[in-house]
Amino acid sequence: MNGSEAYRLHMKNISIAFPGVQALTDVDFYTDPGRTHALIGANGAGKSTLMKVLSGAYHHYTGEIWIGDKQVDIRSPKDAKDHGIQIVYQEVDTALISGLTVGENIMIEQTVHDMRGKHIIRWKQLHQTAQGILDKMNVRVSSKKLVNELSLAEKQMVLIARAVSKQCRYLVLDEPTAPLSHNETEQLFRLIRSLRSEGVGIIFISHRLPELFEICDDITIMRDGRLVTRDKIAELDQPKVVEYMLGEKLEAQFPQTERSIGDKWFEARGIHDPGKVNHVDFHIHQGEIVGIAGLVGAGKTELCRALFGASPTASGEIWLQGRKLHVGSPHQAVRQGLALVPEERRKEGVFVEEPVSANLTAAVLSRFCSWGSWLSLRKEKEASEAIIRSLGIKTPSEKTKVQNLSGGNQQKVAIGKWLLADADVYIFDEPTKGVDVGAKRDIFELVTELARRGKCILYASSELSEIIGITDRVYVMYDGGIKKELETRQTDEEEILLYSTGGGLT
Amino acid sequence: MTTASGPVRNKAAFNLFDFLYKYGTIITILLLVAVFGTITDSFLSTTNIINILRSISIVTIIAIGLTVSLTVGGFDLSVGSIASVANAVIISLFVWHGQSVGVGIAVTVLFCLIIGLINAFLVINFKIQDMLMTLATMFVFQGVALTYTRGATVSQNMIMPDGSFATGQIPVLFGKIGQVPWIILIMLFVVAAVHMFLTYTKHGRYMYMIGGNREAAELSGIAVSRYRLIAYLVSALFAAIGGIILGARVMSAEVNAGSPYLMDAVAAAFIGYSVLGAGKPNALGTFVGAVLIGILQNGLIMLSVPYYAMDIVKGSVLALALALTYYKRSR
Repeated sequence: MNGSEAYRLHMKNISIAFPGVQALTDVDFYTDPGRTHALIGANGAGKSTLMKVLSGAYHHYTGEIWIGDKQVDIRSPKDAKDHGIQIVYQEVDTALISGLTVGENIMIEQTVHDMRGKHIIRWKQLHQTAQGILDKMNVRVSSKKLVNELSLAEKQMVLIARAVSKQCRYLVLDEPTAPLSHNETEQLFRLIRSLRSEGVGIIFISHRLPELFEICDDITIMRDGRLVTRDKIAELDQPKVVEYMLGEKLEAQFPQTERSIGDKWFEARGIHDPGKVNHVDFHIHQGEIVGIAGLVGAGKTELCRALFGASPTASGEIWLQGRKLHVGSPHQAVRQGLALVPEERRKEGVFVEEPVSANLTAAVLSRFCSWGSWLSLRKEKEASEAIIRSLGIKTPSEKTKVQNLSGGNQQKVAIGKWLLADADVYIFDEPTKGVDVGAKRDIFELVTELARRGKCILYASSELSEIIGITDRVYVMYDGGIKKELETRQTDEEEILLYSTGGGLT
Repeated sequence: MTTASGPVRNKAAFNLFDFLYKYGTIITILLLVAVFGTITDSFLSTTNIINILRSISIVTIIAIGLTVSLTVGGFDLSVGSIASVANAVIISLFVWHGQSVGVGIAVTVLFCLIIGLINAFLVINFKIQDMLMTLATMFVFQGVALTYTRGATVSQNMIMPDGSFATGQIPVLFGKIGQVPWIILIMLFVVAAVHMFLTYTKHGRYMYMIGGNREAAELSGIAVSRYRLIAYLVSALFAAIGGIILGARVMSAEVNAGSPYLMDAVAAAFIGYSVLGAGKPNALGTFVGAVLIGILQNGLIMLSVPYYAMDIVKGSVLALALALTYYKRSR
């Protein structure tokens, strides 16, 4: 390690807790300048939290951070930057000011912090410096271009340029390749290699195993807020990494019921949404729970929305019981027997300002009307009370506003809405996200019960244990396409994860 | 973090803010009535009460339309201009073209519905913020009304551009609409009908859901665009009715006669948010808001506050209502 250990970054015994969660426990992480270090773990393993600690996003962690033989105190983003630690988050748009030029965005920190006593911006100098950085990085973007005219990849380059415009000893890239095309990824990798040769230490978070093996020197694997292993990446192979990520199997908390699976009822052909979903074909039998597995960003949500007519750019055919459906909008989807429980509950699933009853009846209000459009509040109350009882929604009454319920109960309301609708096909998108263990169990039981009543269930989740526990058959998504179809009985989490990360045979 | 703390907090000790939020407007009205009633002799007379109701009827009708546009999360700023257009069109149909009451009203309403359609088309298809888009169309329609009347007041026996006198008469029957008791009855009917529509029909429920969370409404299978279109049509319809009644009341079409009603309508609708703790646009609240403004205006005039200072009072009341609503939301 050629003497660069003088500037070794070492995070010792890092622990951090948030209300109700111990996010990191005694994590010991180190890396060196001039190396590319992969940081990997399943969803919720704590890798992003660890990097946020490093970049000063939290101040209430315990443990020490050392650079070389000096202990540093990082409690704010500015502290981190002063020590040469720069981070590029996945959401590039939140970090850039879109109405300004590339140059202004690159030089933003100099403009904000180094202008004490000066009031006039020297444009020529600013653009010259910025262009110099871009040229050095071999990025062919003009400093005078507006940021909102750039592609996603170019925006990322601009952020990296901003990071290296200041002193940069360590650069953290949080899932930088997720939104990039193959060519753009290659471009990014060239940049990473040239930064590495200049002695910058790069910490690379990604879910895509092949990429890690291509670009990284070392690897650290995390699970459940703890460090599992650290090694040279050449010492490991893909299945081994997957094994470390998963650890021991969790005990099943899934309902075991006998279900009979009938004929093929639902079929989707050539579902395509440019840049999001890539020519997907699949089918569901009556009473079957079909899983859509895949990592965050694999296109699961986009597929669900495309099926439900919620994406105007989507195309493809949907068949139900041998009949072709015309799903141009969610309105039509609901009328033809589809139901979607969306991922972003608060944003897309419930009306927080409305009472529980109004939420539950939202999709099928016509059934609670007499004389055409006149609401029957009594019928609505009875139906809501029945659903509240059967789902065990914890609410003082059906008149309580949904914003006063807990996350798990809000989710039950979002699902309960569709129970009243009595649809033929239920699409669940990450139904257990942000839900506590007890409520999770209830949701699993509900899903199984729907299948037992002969509904078609599409269950999209990035939680592998859920996919294994609840589904009959799985489609694994990677990069917007279906990579593999598996019988749940004959597979395990490792195999699914391998395909989700782009590994395995193609 | 939102876990059930809401109801617990509400049940806990008497909360002065919540109480004032719910009943503040009504208490204010009662206080104003008491104060004006004691200071002046004639404030509580039957004539004056009818006078107040008559004075707020046009504002209320226009404000009810605005309220409907607010329920879907929109904001129709062009209602004042639409009222101007309706006022100009109906009077000109009588005076210039000698049409009957039925034809006059039908053509005017149709014309204004087309305007509402334009609003809805622009707002829904170009995804422009409702308030900005209707700010633009407010100008356009104001200009349309002005251009149509060639910038002049339309009235019986007016001098036409060619130097002759206009021969058409405004029907006596039409004038009745603008007089007591009809003008007040129409207002009460509009308030009651829209209240029923918003509270007790599925369409009203859908509109509130769209206003509360458009994305969730879309994914619940509600035809969002259709209801937003309906909201703008309703808004234009009531603005048209307001303009027609205005014409019946003054029996002429002044330049930009509808414009002053916009701010009063906005104030009434936003004061209405808090009435009885609704927390959202609602027809009864809007009516109460209009009553509050009407009483203030009437009482202050009786106390010899000059009419040109009235905007200061009304503007302050609107500011207070907005402050209350937004403070409540941020909590």
